[in-house]
Amino acid sequence: MTQSLLQVRNLRVTFPSRQGEFHAVRGVSFDLGRERLGVVGESGSGKSMTGRAILGLVRPPGRVTADRLELDGESILNLPERRMRKLRGSRISMVMQDPKFSLNPVMTVGDQIMEAYRLHAGGSRDIARQKALEMLNAVQIRDPERVMKTYPHEVSGGMGQRIMIAMMLAPDPQILIADEPTSALDVSVRGEVLSIMDGLVRDRGMGLIFISHDLNLVSKFCDRVLIMYAGRIVETLAASDLHNARHPYTQGLLSSLPRLDAPVKRLPVLQREESWRDGELQIKLSGKI
Amino acid sequence: MIDTNTGGQGPIPPASAPDRRAARKRRLRSIAGTVLSLALTLLGLLLVTFIIGRVMPIDPVLKVVGDRATQAQYDAAYQAMGLDQPLVVQFFRYLTEVLTGDFGRSISTGQPVIEDIKRVFPATLELATLGTLIGVSIGVPLGVIAAARRGGIIDQVARVVALVGYSMPIFWLGLMGLLLFYGILGWVGGPGRQGIIYDGMVPHVTGMILVDSLIAGDWGAFRDAFSHIILPASLLGYFSLAYISRMTRSFMLEQLSAEYITTGRVKGLSERAVIWRHAFRNISIPLVTVIALSFGSLLEGSVLTEIIFSWPGLGQYITKTLLAGDMNAVLGGTVVVGTCFIGLNLLSDLLYRVLDPRSK
Repeated sequence: MTQSLLQVRNLRVTFPSRQGEFHAVRGVSFDLGRERLGVVGESGSGKSMTGRAILGLVRPPGRVTADRLELDGESILNLPERRMRKLRGSRISMVMQDPKFSLNPVMTVGDQIMEAYRLHAGGSRDIARQKALEMLNAVQIRDPERVMKTYPHEVSGGMGQRIMIAMMLAPDPQILIADEPTSALDVSVRGEVLSIMDGLVRDRGMGLIFISHDLNLVSKFCDRVLIMYAGRIVETLAASDLHNARHPYTQGLLSSLPRLDAPVKRLPVLQREESWRDGELQIKLSGKI
Repeated sequence: MIDTNTGGQGPIPPASAPDRRAARKRRLRSIAGTVLSLALTLLGLLLVTFIIGRVMPIDPVLKVVGDRATQAQYDAAYQAMGLDQPLVVQFFRYLTEVLTGDFGRSISTGQPVIEDIKRVFPATLELATLGTLIGVSIGVPLGVIAAARRGGIIDQVARVVALVGYSMPIFWLGLMGLLLFYGILGWVGGPGRQGIIYDGMVPHVTGMILVDSLIAGDWGAFRDAFSHIILPASLLGYFSLAYISRMTRSFMLEQLSAEYITTGRVKGLSERAVIWRHAFRNISIPLVTVIALSFGSLLEGSVLTEIIFSWPGLGQYITKTLLAGDMNAVLGGTVVVGTCFIGLNLLSDLLYRVLDPRSK
């Protein structure tokens, strides 16, 4: 196992609400090395909020606390905005769900990529332009010269997401958080976008946090999987061990997936139990794959 | 581990020359469509003013010949004015007259209406332009900051400022302004466009005294005109500020919750860059329409402001002539205001096309 890029211990995200405090993330701990870490859970399980908390994007009145939140051994918990800004993009970056909304509609693709690069690397427009073209090539976009001049509405979803990946990887971050990066895409281009992302992350030796609700996808794509439920990690597994999951929630999730090789008349319905919310956390931090 | 050949990347074929020609043709066609619809709107406007002119219970002939005229004189004038012709013929005559700038003669001033309008319209234009400039230059930043610091002090202040702007009667605010800044403090010039010393001293070029005095290089006249216009313009500016800042704030709030804003933050952009470089470009598109409409409503004649400040503008002209039953003047003024609105709509439409890449 490589040394860990990111250490998270007892991360909590809290929002004040009328009924008292709402705990979106309740004590999440994990380590991320140069690996692909899947985070799986249903809507509202706190998986996206975990990603945003790491990036320091939880806006007041939301509150982030943790025993430890370290990037390369350096604490990044509640850093002043100015210092956090330097990290964002350049060391940790994020790709979001739908490129239709996550790209600025009135700026050209080229300008948006160049902006991301120049913000951290500086340099002239020409250098940034070269870099942007290089990144577009890296995400296998044909005719990058022309795509640079297009606006987001002129590209397809799959292409938009590849542009997003090119943009977010332009300043060479160490960690990429991919928040449901393929959920808004057409099934036919999902695999392609994922393999491009996978290739880039691997070549650059980056750490990837892959947030998804798609258990199958995560098990195929990631090295390790965290299963989240109600703001907590209920189980950590090597992706290859997913079928050996012991937590009833994970088992329930797995058995509710239809299988071609073993068809059943009725898929079982996931029966949630109150005890899962606050049961003992089963965290295995060994990270051995 | 993942099969890579699950789908094509859906490339856009490179634009060839015939494609570009077709695109230009499409653009030309859409502009032609806009112009055509404007022409129709203008025609509709003229039809409405024409009908109003005919159905008003004011006898245009009587206004011309006076109430002591004999029946023969009345009939002669009636025929000379073409009122014995069918309505359709009359409308076409009206149309050709208006299109050549002939709105008839004003009874109250004895001048051709077009001459009157050339005199009063620049006064209103000058006032409305300065008012809009004030409203935009303060209202837009205020709205943006109010949205960016939602619930903060500036947001609260902006809310109160806008509320007062919406609910305060303009004549009261105008009178108080005159009392304070002219009567007590003496900071500004009083009612009217110029002090008596400068009256008629600046050669007439555009009719807007600020512009004309600059052209003539007459600083004294410029300063004098400015001290006269600044109070009414600020007042109008305040009302357009109230509206513009509220609209800006709500446009901005909508954009700030958009996903691409998060993208900007993830990139590491400062909040200022996120707001002004990313969000502002997006709100500038609907903002153009808001500003154009607000400008139009000031042009239409801020009648009360013009009366309080004895501003010889279009609003005052239309009101005066209306009360005198001088329909030629009223309809002429109405056509001018309507045309301004149509022109502003065209302008904002064209700006839309420039600002929004999606409209191409």
